[in-house]
Amino acid sequence: MSLLEIENLSLAIGDTPILKAVELSVAPGEVMGLVGESGSGKSMTALTVMQLLPFAARASGRVSFDGIDILAASEDQMCALRGDDIGMVFQEPMTALNPVKTIGEQVAEGIRWHTRSSRAEAEERARKMLDRVDLPAALFPLSRYPHELSGGQRQRVVIAIACALKPKLLIADEPTTALDVVLQAQILDLVRDLVAENRMGLLLISHDLAVVTEMADRITILRHGEVMEAGDTARTLSEQLHPYTRQLAQASMHVPARPKAHGAGQGKPLLEVEGVTRDYPGRRASLFKRAAPVRAVDEVSLSMAPGQSVALVGRSGCGKSTLARMILALDKSTSGTIRFRGETITGKSETELKPARRDMQVVFQDPYGSFDPRQKVEKLVAEPLHVLEKKPTPAERREMVAHALHEVGLGPRDMDKYPHEFSGGQRQRLSIARAIITRPKLVVADEPVSALDVSIRAQILDLFAELNQKLGIAYLFITHDLTVARAITDEVLVMHDGRIVERGKTSEVLDHPQSEAAKALVAAAPDLHRAIARRLQEQG
Amino acid sequence: MTAYLLKRLIIALATLVLASMVVFAVLEIIPGDPARLMLGLNASADQVEVLRNQMGLNAPLALRYLHWAGGLLSLDFGRSYTYSVPVIDLVRERVVVSLPLALIALALSTIIAIPVGLYSASRRGQAGDTIAMGATQFGVAVPNFWFALMLIYLFAVWLRLVPAGGFPGWSAGVWPALKSLLLPSVALALPQAAILARVARSALIEVLNEDYIRTARAKGLPYRAVLWRHALRNAMIPVLTILGLQFAFLLAGTIIIENVFYLPGLGRLVFQAITQRDLIVVESVVMLLVAAVIAVNLIVDLSYAVVDPRLRSRQ
Repeated sequence: MSLLEIENLSLAIGDTPILKAVELSVAPGEVMGLVGESGSGKSMTALTVMQLLPFAARASGRVSFDGIDILAASEDQMCALRGDDIGMVFQEPMTALNPVKTIGEQVAEGIRWHTRSSRAEAEERARKMLDRVDLPAALFPLSRYPHELSGGQRQRVVIAIACALKPKLLIADEPTTALDVVLQAQILDLVRDLVAENRMGLLLISHDLAVVTEMADRITILRHGEVMEAGDTARTLSEQLHPYTRQLAQASMHVPARPKAHGAGQGKPLLEVEGVTRDYPGRRASLFKRAAPVRAVDEVSLSMAPGQSVALVGRSGCGKSTLARMILALDKSTSGTIRFRGETITGKSETELKPARRDMQVVFQDPYGSFDPRQKVEKLVAEPLHVLEKKPTPAERREMVAHALHEVGLGPRDMDKYPHEFSGGQRQRLSIARAIITRPKLVVADEPVSALDVSIRAQILDLFAELNQKLGIAYLFITHDLTVARAITDEVLVMHDGRIVERGKTSEVLDHPQSEAAKALVAAAPDLHRAIARRLQEQG
Repeated sequence: MTAYLLKRLIIALATLVLASMVVFAVLEIIPGDPARLMLGLNASADQVEVLRNQMGLNAPLALRYLHWAGGLLSLDFGRSYTYSVPVIDLVRERVVVSLPLALIALALSTIIAIPVGLYSASRRGQAGDTIAMGATQFGVAVPNFWFALMLIYLFAVWLRLVPAGGFPGWSAGVWPALKSLLLPSVALALPQAAILARVARSALIEVLNEDYIRTARAKGLPYRAVLWRHALRNAMIPVLTILGLQFAFLLAGTIIIENVFYLPGLGRLVFQAITQRDLIVVESVVMLLVAAVIAVNLIVDLSYAVVDPRLRSRQ
């Protein structure tokens, strides 16, 4: 008998259909993986079970949990279920906790509400739960506030809230998407153990096939609100009978073709970083005293050849973005020298930097946040042109924008649109168009595909590869995602605690990591092939 | 935490000093000679000059400022030109009317605004929200003296529940005194409450869209509990900011309202002093009001730290 049974569920928000005849079930103790791209209706399915849908949403069909008809349940009945029999973990740990309440209050609150126990009893249970999610009392007393915790620690608190009353069903909506791979592996282990200990059913929602394959017994693949395929995880993904399943699996392992290899030793280096260090002032301890400065980047040296594609990988907070900002001359180094095309760029004024700026551009992670929503594409893409020596005429400018858009696979008509008219993938194409319009020699890309769905991500990686081949642009990819590094880079630099701890050919470093940091990254990185093989082996 | 408090305190004191210079300078450049005004139009130039010397008006500017500012510190505000009594006596008489009036109005506007904001935010887009927000629109648009007149007509003239104006003094008993402050404080509070309710509503709506509200709902808390326990405290920060800023307008409002209700408060005092060129009284009362506004904003700054733990740990 199923714990959760969703039959023929359809959902519309206003006049927009979101889900169409969705079928899904979770048995007690079973892990069900719900996979799909953004907008496929994964989260809405979860919110339907919780009855936390937006006001305008209308659901039809049948959702039954433990014999209770969820769609017909009153708000009081739902309040009794939520947090007691059904727990939920969300994607964004940084914002999932109330900033003005202590973690103890927030964990104990649900316990007090459901069990009507005293404050002391609830706090004692909260303490035990926090210990269970590896937040020991010595370091994480109940009186801590969320802002004193890191993202991974906050997600542990959210998991403690969701599991405090040992729910029969845990819903985890992209619980690790905002975390780096090492934290992801730790959090997934924790969830797996908690589920096994208490024989909870788990509905795991993710866009990452490899993560779901590692975790789930069965899998449901959703697209445009419809179930494409459902069944045993290992069989579904090894046979790949449904074309969409095949498409997803291939896209998540996609490696773009780059026949022309660029490598080191071809003439003068494009970029040389020598002994660069960046200190940030320490926290103010009192009015007159500061703690010792924090060293974000520590004596880093590297060099890149023209046309070379290099990955800078490392866990969040390892200093990779700080290093990138210094290379782009957006941040000043404390000591050390950075040379670009043989010219020193450290310590130069903004005017002196103009020629260098022309030849280096940047692509950011978030295709939604990096455009001014009130400006048209023509203006947005033409932004870097102000560093040119000769200001282009309006006609020339339009011509250049059209050309750049063409190169990233968009049409000249897109010039007069606003950013909100484009999808996430198209917006990332726009940021790439903006980066290449000045014909740069170097593009620094900070997690350029981590916010994108796998199929879009494959297309964007192809585009990066094509531009590298056609225009000879060198790339510095900053990422914590080793599949991206593997797909598109020649060399990889592994960063840890501000230092580069390992460097070498991408395939060598990723297949035979030497340093602890690189080993940890490789071991934690989800890998679809490996996960399928392991599942098949387990099942014999 | 202590660093935060200290920093706020220093900023408040610096603002006070700066404000005193501005107040002094502005009244310096306003035309009109207080000595001539006191002696009347027929006085000779020599007589005026003698009086100017007596009043210290011929001393250098910086010296006069220091003398005046030093006096303020020791609560010696000087003597009124027109009443010929120490300014401090005038102020002491009036402040017992104006201070309760402002505080009652501030409390009233908060007591009205927060529930209206909560009500509207939790019924966003529904009929109740539309009606409440329509009412606040009206409250923002209508000046407080008009409210005052309507209130007098309704409660004093028609229902005869409270006096239409005047102040019996606290010696006449607490209740009669409070009764005469009731209508003025309501008239003062209504426009403020309307603005505050709108701020509270939009702050709450923003907070209700936050992820942690969803987390709280997923715990099984009913909507009302989420609103009170999680949303309200987070929404207090913008509400407190506006509350602090409004206090200055509230004081300005008392000048008008005290005139409408014939209340012998600071507002009436300063109004009369301006028309009579009693500059020393104007200076003193304005400085008092400035100090009050700065003090209230200091309290607001400190209450941020109470509401938001992130401010407490950031040093």
